[in-house]
Amino acid sequence: MTRIIVVTSGKGGVGKTTTSAAIAMGFAQKGHKTAVIDFDVGLRNLDLIMGCERRVVYDIVNVIFGEATLNQALIRDKHCEQLYILPASQTRDKDALSQEGVGQILEELAAKDFEYVVCDSPAGIEKGAHLAMYFADDAFVVTNPEVASVRDSDRMLGILSSKSRRAEQGLEPIKEYLLLTRYSPERVRIGEMLSVADVQDILSLHLLGVIPESKSVLTASNSGMPVILDEKSDAGQAYADIVARYLGEDIPHRFIEEKKGIFGKFFGSK
Amino acid sequence: MPNNSPILEFKSDSFSVPVLLLFTNDLQIIEQQLKEKVDAAPEFFKNSPLIFDVQELNKLDRPIDIAALVDIIRQSNLLPVGMRGGNVKQNKEAVKLLIPVYSAHSSNAPSDTPKQKDITPETIESISTTILITRPVRSGQRLYSSGDLVVLAPVSAGAEIMAEGNIHVYGKLRGRALAGVQGNTEARIFCSDLQAELISIAGNYKISDDMRDVVSKKPVQVYLQDHTLIIKDIV
Ligand SMILES: Nc1ncnc2c1ncn2[C@@H]1O[C@H](COP(=O)(O)OP(=O)(O)O)[C@@H](O)[C@H]1O
Ligand SMILES: [Mg+2]
Repeated sequence: MTRIIVVTSGKGGVGKTTTSAAIAMGFAQKGHKTAVIDFDVGLRNLDLIMGCERRVVYDIVNVIFGEATLNQALIRDKHCEQLYILPASQTRDKDALSQEGVGQILEELAAKDFEYVVCDSPAGIEKGAHLAMYFADDAFVVTNPEVASVRDSDRMLGILSSKSRRAEQGLEPIKEYLLLTRYSPERVRIGEMLSVADVQDILSLHLLGVIPESKSVLTASNSGMPVILDEKSDAGQAYADIVARYLGEDIPHRFIEEKKGIFGKFFGSK
Repeated sequence: MPNNSPILEFKSDSFSVPVLLLFTNDLQIIEQQLKEKVDAAPEFFKNSPLIFDVQELNKLDRPIDIAALVDIIRQSNLLPVGMRGGNVKQNKEAVKLLIPVYSAHSSNAPSDTPKQKDITPETIESISTTILITRPVRSGQRLYSSGDLVVLAPVSAGAEIMAEGNIHVYGKLRGRALAGVQGNTEARIFCSDLQAELISIAGNYKISDDMRDVVSKKPVQVYLQDHTLIIKDIV
């Protein structure tokens, strides 16, 4: 069975692509055959974060228009052979994607025994975002601890529950998970950010994990490696926890409290 | 497939389907009013099955063009699944349009049986049932109930819930809640934690600025007294 996961938020710049790359790598590292699809046609940056931009020949739009086969367009990850990337097009406009085309790609991936398909959604609530979530079984709602981002996520949850395939066909609703990213306990303490509890109170959503604000994210994306591969980093560990929790492991939450003591100060926020 | 598993089965089952009672044969007015109703709660009505009832029209001897009526209903994003109270000619037309024909509880049609007089305009069956919502109502969502509305989850800021009857919210109410939207001044709003952007009963409303002294995290009820909204603790 293939499980289709959409990484979504409504708002841009909250960490969707960072999350998509990390969790897709996480699933693959655990031995699950995984594909990650970039739905951000026109912007295209998943391939940069995955470090495969120079190997992009065909993209999702080529597949939809029959200009390439899915096999030709899928790029096998250089770190993990269970992971494949389907890049977005930089040149086409957003309307190039169609529901039918996306549906066919997902069916073909299922036929190829992919276990997880991670759909990296563009920002906004327009066509690309709609197609990224339409076929989803699970939604990872990426939210930053600020009012605007929480409100956008709330809106997105409304759309998920009414405009998805599962909603339209009256199937069991999409399973929704909260991923709180770029979290900084220090800034929560001085009142610059909402706390985990505040966000939970507004969204009433199952918390899959908290990813701290971390320099390691930028370092990782500059070197074209999903941050989860940086096992020493706090963000990398947070994503590893999230993958494990999603797969059913019972792991306590971390990175919610301020780091205590002098060692934390020195070694903590890498 | 195991050879003893059944392929199909006919079962008698009953569903609650809204019935549209018609009191005029003026298609333009029908179209307009239907549009207004549907626009008030597009998500609620979208693709809803509907039985239309022409019995009153036939009693008053007002013929109506069934094909045109069906078109209007479909254009309003409703799905006509039956006609009730038609005369012989109308029944034939309906069947031609693949619309099943139901006999009215009183008579099949005034033209072939004597009239009976048990229908009053107030008999709007099954349309005024309670709607039960168990998942959070999110920002941007709108819900409409032609009866009561019971929400067992939070209602987010930016969400709007409406009911012709009462509204009950057992999570935090942060969005807009409008009870008695068709003018029922007896309607009430009950909620366990009132932090609403707006509350309204039969068009009388308060916005959050008017409710600053309402203590949150406490069950309250809202009702109308002399055109004023009263917010009171429950118990
Ligand atoms: N946990 C984090 N800590 C620090 N920076 C982050 C974190 N997550 C994302 N970022 C940064 O935020 C920016 C937007 O991230 P991205 O994943 O591209 O968001 P989106 O896909 O939602 O637009 C990038 O510059 C990224 O490096
Ligand atoms: Mg992105």
